[in-house]
Amino acid sequence: MKMREPLFHIAKRRRMDFWKAWLIRIVAVLFALVVSGLVSYLLTKTNPIEIYQTMWKGSFKNARYIWNLAQGIAILLCVSLAVTPAFKMRFWNIGAEGQALIGGLVAATCMLKLEGAMPSWLLILVMLCGSMLAGAIWGLVPAVFKAKWGTNETLFTLMMNYIAIQIVSYFTYIWAVPAGSGKIGIINQKSQIGWLPALFGQKYLINILVVLAVTVIIFVYLKYSKHGYELSVVGESENTARYIGINVKKVIIRTMILSGALCGLAGFLLVAGTDHTIDSNTVAGRGFTAIMVSWLAKFNPFSMILTSLLIVFLQRGAGQVATDMGLNESFSDIITGIIIFFIIGCEFFINYQIKRTGRREESK
Amino acid sequence: MSAAIELRGITKVFGTIVANDDVNLTVNRGEILSILGENGSGKTTLMNMIAGIYFPDKGQIFIDGKEVCIRSPKDAFDYKIGMIHQHFKLVDVFTATENIVLGLEDGERFNLKKAAEKVRQISSRYGFEIDPDKKIYEMSVSEKQTVEIIKVLYRGADILILDEPTAVLTPQETQKLFAVLRKMRQGGKSIIIITHKLHEVLALSDRVSVLCKGKYIGTVTTKDTNESELTEMMVGKKVMLNIERSMPKDPQVRLEVHGLDCHDREGVKVLDNVNFTARSGEILGIAGIAGSGQRELLEAIAGLQHITDGEILYHDPKSDAIENLRDKTPMQIRELGVRLSFVPEDRLGMGLVGNMDITDNMMLRSYRRGKGAFLHRKAPRDLAETIIEQLEVVTPGVTTPVRNLSGGNVQKVLVGREIAAAPTVLMAAYPVRGLDINSSYMIYNLLNEQKEKGVAVIFVGEDLDVLIELCDRILVIGSGQVTGLVDGRTATKEEIGFLMTKSVHREEETANENA
Repeated sequence: MKMREPLFHIAKRRRMDFWKAWLIRIVAVLFALVVSGLVSYLLTKTNPIEIYQTMWKGSFKNARYIWNLAQGIAILLCVSLAVTPAFKMRFWNIGAEGQALIGGLVAATCMLKLEGAMPSWLLILVMLCGSMLAGAIWGLVPAVFKAKWGTNETLFTLMMNYIAIQIVSYFTYIWAVPAGSGKIGIINQKSQIGWLPALFGQKYLINILVVLAVTVIIFVYLKYSKHGYELSVVGESENTARYIGINVKKVIIRTMILSGALCGLAGFLLVAGTDHTIDSNTVAGRGFTAIMVSWLAKFNPFSMILTSLLIVFLQRGAGQVATDMGLNESFSDIITGIIIFFIIGCEFFINYQIKRTGRREESK
Repeated sequence: MSAAIELRGITKVFGTIVANDDVNLTVNRGEILSILGENGSGKTTLMNMIAGIYFPDKGQIFIDGKEVCIRSPKDAFDYKIGMIHQHFKLVDVFTATENIVLGLEDGERFNLKKAAEKVRQISSRYGFEIDPDKKIYEMSVSEKQTVEIIKVLYRGADILILDEPTAVLTPQETQKLFAVLRKMRQGGKSIIIITHKLHEVLALSDRVSVLCKGKYIGTVTTKDTNESELTEMMVGKKVMLNIERSMPKDPQVRLEVHGLDCHDREGVKVLDNVNFTARSGEILGIAGIAGSGQRELLEAIAGLQHITDGEILYHDPKSDAIENLRDKTPMQIRELGVRLSFVPEDRLGMGLVGNMDITDNMMLRSYRRGKGAFLHRKAPRDLAETIIEQLEVVTPGVTTPVRNLSGGNVQKVLVGREIAAAPTVLMAAYPVRGLDINSSYMIYNLLNEQKEKGVAVIFVGEDLDVLIELCDRILVIGSGQVTGLVDGRTATKEEIGFLMTKSVHREEETANENA
């Protein structure tokens, strides 16, 4: 009896043209839109075109929406840039959420407690330094344990998140206005002390410019600095790093201080630049979403602008669909899920090829 | 009578690399066939297709004259084909018997007593020495190999494929294995043995099939051929088998190792009172069974291994100062002005970074140079270009990640970088492992060049013929101890082989741990 041959096999591609890879990605997005359109039609009987229009509206309805979109991108991008050096070093920092939150808490505390003690510009500076320091400490602790005793950084950074969340919950309770409401409310609403000022009439412009600068700095740091080179060697192979005399412990600690400090910066931008308050949900899962943004962009800071745009666009669109069309949030999450599935899935076709087993047809 | 296995027009392509191109092959019952070819000639790929690990892109496989389709190792077992891989696939914490019955679907898996009895029967029939209840982690390499062979015999294999079975064995163990294989041949089994060692081919097999760069060259009957004919088939052209060796010029002590002891993480002694000197202008060979402490010795000198006792003294050729390198990090050693180059055994895991391009790999040694926080890529890029040109590295360019290069080219990049550092001591661990003959000779020549420049070269090798031809002196270690020091010009293979195994018998336990 002759057995059937396998129908196809999978082979790794050596290399793919840049434009071809992007063509595959665009096709994947188109497929994603068709499938999510189909799903939404089957589930809700609404016209998929209408859903897409609503999603588009969620980001680009008017100038205010666009500024909001840019602000959303900026914060997510900032956290993504923060986790990138750690991930490039193969240090699984999933504690960005907590690092950003604790940074935000320090900023909020300064706003609350130092109001009137110094001019606003000095307060902002103090807040900035404090936030970055707090984030850096939150990143440093797991790094020291990893470097000295080889503890698992994934669990450690994850648990640090919960510590940060609980601390913030505690203070939101203590400082709640009015007492017992469980909310701090907008801090210094009248004086606006400690608020990042509007630039050219745009209140989010400073945030956006700061994050753009960080993008360029991280790009240069990773690609052209000795530190960046060392951390990629440590990430690729710790043995090689030891072999050429890199102090692996030092690099781990140094990189996590940087990663944590940038998360702290994101927390500062959130509190001083947009929210002007703090609660345990201020970072809103960006610490985790950032991991996806960073990996999707293959650790390239400039590609991260695009990937964070995509994620924020989807989130905002989904929210808009939920409110405008009376569908609940879960439905928009389904659509977001479908689109992200296709986008991540298409990387498989960029890295691998599927071949039909090209053997003769006749049997002997 | 039809052949046990016949391959017709087998072709396998990986990406753009043609691993096997239209290969034809037959193996008869009761025959030992050698598949001979340099590294990278497609021997293992071809055998993996018979064993069901790969599926051919083109071509047919016949077993006893019937065309078959082998899609998985299980299919291969159903056709009574068993492969013993170069890297053993055993569960360390299981006993021999447990490993042997692992994966079987019938009830025998749960009747270990009966299984152990069957293992003993197979052992006595073919003359294996094995304790079915011994755990794998307590076994020597040769015992592990025995378990692998019994595993396929247990499943009733009639066709056995052995991938480089002698690579990890001592000459004595090799003889034992050959005796067993001959017995199997008498019992009517077909045996395919993959190798690139000519003398083994001539000693063991009935016929030899030769592959060269994925192409099938031909099959000859062993008794009608000789080494030079086979070499010619294998490499396509005649190569000089002699390695040039000059007399050391004005040798001076460069490195002295006194009473060196090292322990591994589990606290097992891996180096035990090692003493030797390396002199400038000579090549010191280090011979020993794989895992006898060679890696630890070189890493201890390079500052990568914790030293429990002893000292490593470096004699500076310029100032005549003597520095103790013990307990110094690689960075501190370099800061002392010690120009120590090291070609480690694990090229892509230690010597180089696979995902980085050639320029960035050149920079590993030199990136700290230059002022400021930023990298200076110009000098390393120039060095990369020089090495590509001088050592004939085959690569699309300096920006190609080194993992995309073939084994020989990877090694040229690594050796080139280490030599470019103008060392006074050059250590190389298995620098020609996995390289074809031409690349190997290029490496030998580079080592010789360094020797003539007055560098103290330490060469850890596995091919005794090469060690005897290349080295001025050969240090033999067994189970982490120095078991002898011989003159490369007068030593014989048998002598070294004997020294390699000398202490293994005395301290069997340690040897097993090390293996």
